[in-house]
Amino acid sequence: MTHLLEVEGADVLYGEFQALHAVDVRLTEGETLAVIGANGAGKSTLLKLIAGAMRPRSGVVRLDGADVTALPEYARVRSGIALTPEGRRIFGSMTVEENLLVGAHSKRPGPWDLASVYEAFPILAELKGRRGGVLSGGQQQAAAIARALMSNPRLLLLDEVSLGLAPVVIADIYAALPRITAKGTTALIVEQDLSQVLKAADRVQCLLEGRTVLEASAADVTRDQVAAAYFGLERKAS
Amino acid sequence: MEWVNAVVQGLFLGGSYALLACGLSLMFGVMKIVNLAHGALAVVAAYLALSLIEHTGMPAFATLLVVVPVFAVVGYAMQRGLLNRALKFGELSPLLVTFGLAVIIANGLQQLWSADSQAIKIGALSTASFQPGADLSVGLFPLLTLVVAVVVISAIQLFLARTRTGRAMRATRDDGDAARLMGIDDRHLYGVAAAIAVATVALAGVFLGMSTQFTPTYGDLVLIFAFEAVIIGGLGSLWGTLLGGLVLGIAQTVGAQLNPADGILAGHLVFLAILLLKPSGLFPKAVPA
Repeated sequence: MTHLLEVEGADVLYGEFQALHAVDVRLTEGETLAVIGANGAGKSTLLKLIAGAMRPRSGVVRLDGADVTALPEYARVRSGIALTPEGRRIFGSMTVEENLLVGAHSKRPGPWDLASVYEAFPILAELKGRRGGVLSGGQQQAAAIARALMSNPRLLLLDEVSLGLAPVVIADIYAALPRITAKGTTALIVEQDLSQVLKAADRVQCLLEGRTVLEASAADVTRDQVAAAYFGLERKAS
Repeated sequence: MEWVNAVVQGLFLGGSYALLACGLSLMFGVMKIVNLAHGALAVVAAYLALSLIEHTGMPAFATLLVVVPVFAVVGYAMQRGLLNRALKFGELSPLLVTFGLAVIIANGLQQLWSADSQAIKIGALSTASFQPGADLSVGLFPLLTLVVAVVVISAIQLFLARTRTGRAMRATRDDGDAARLMGIDDRHLYGVAAAIAVATVALAGVFLGMSTQFTPTYGDLVLIFAFEAVIIGGLGSLWGTLLGGLVLGIAQTVGAQLNPADGILAGHLVFLAILLLKPSGLFPKAVPA
């Protein structure tokens, strides 16, 4: 069976520092994977690798069986990968609606357009004439996810959705997630905050210092197992 | 009445400065490139129009149909071939590359055309005028230049505001890395922005050649006026550039009214005063962080 996304043996370096060591990630179509880990575990690097903003020293990234390792990020959007970047990166001088239209730049056909995105995030419909730069953190996060959806991705990458947001806002954003995955979009969510993401995901993969230390179904895994992997307690015990 | 006349003439002179400056403003606005070859490119366009007239007998205004598209292609090629590469080495490199281009262009023109001054002849239009008031005389050609400047700048503004490519340019200006993640190929986009910028400067250059005498090194002066218009108006704002051109033009003609030798000096002084009192320009682009 072909996976929608396959990352195989990825080594990624920032100069001398190796952020990822032979990391493998596999996602089947329609699945939601949570990649968790502490600060500096290599989660955002993994997303940049998949989105094409970074190149591996060795290893392969495949989308639906096709090698996309050499494709730049703008070409990956056309092939169906969209990233909601860390820090949200909303275009500050443009309105919410213009931000969404820029998200649709690749003209990929699919279920997402202005109407369906406003339906999934009603708050954005109210704010559509507002400039991106004046939105609150939660509004920006909603806009950033909606903007990524406008490219009708097969694979949606979400980086640190909860970072800097109030718990109630985080809950709102996670509440919108099932409406997204219900349309068949495969999602890879990177998080430090475990409270919401374990409920949203089908599977969990935990990174520690650039290596995979735990892979499990979200339903089976216990919080203790996750915590042990998260902080590297397992390795010290063995 | 002679003061009203000076202001009106300044307005028209300013139209030509605005037309010259809008490409400079666009390139800075979209890709933060200060194109020091901008003035030189305007002069090349004037020479190209001149040789088309001499060799094919084409009417002066018809040369625009050739010169403007050719320069759009030149702009795209210059961006993709030189400036995109230079950008990888930081903000200073494109500055050096365009400085080099300006020197090469001026010397190349001198080789081909000698240092003699030239002009593009447009016949009766160059002196045609009408009198809307007793002591007021409006030249048709300066009026045409101002109208063209307003139309060109409005068109670029509309393009940036309403089209898919225009939106992509504004997104790239706000955050280039995020724009690439939206599927925007910034190398191509920069090429398109440079094509538009260089096409407008070609148009401005031909108009300049029709209104005044030019030499191969005339681009230096053009660059200074265009720069002053951009800075007076506020960096990165095209409406600001239009306003900046008009302010500069009026300052020059009113200054010349005070003392015929001091027109250009008055323009420089207004420019310096604005740099001193309102360094962000009269029409600063409001981009929230």
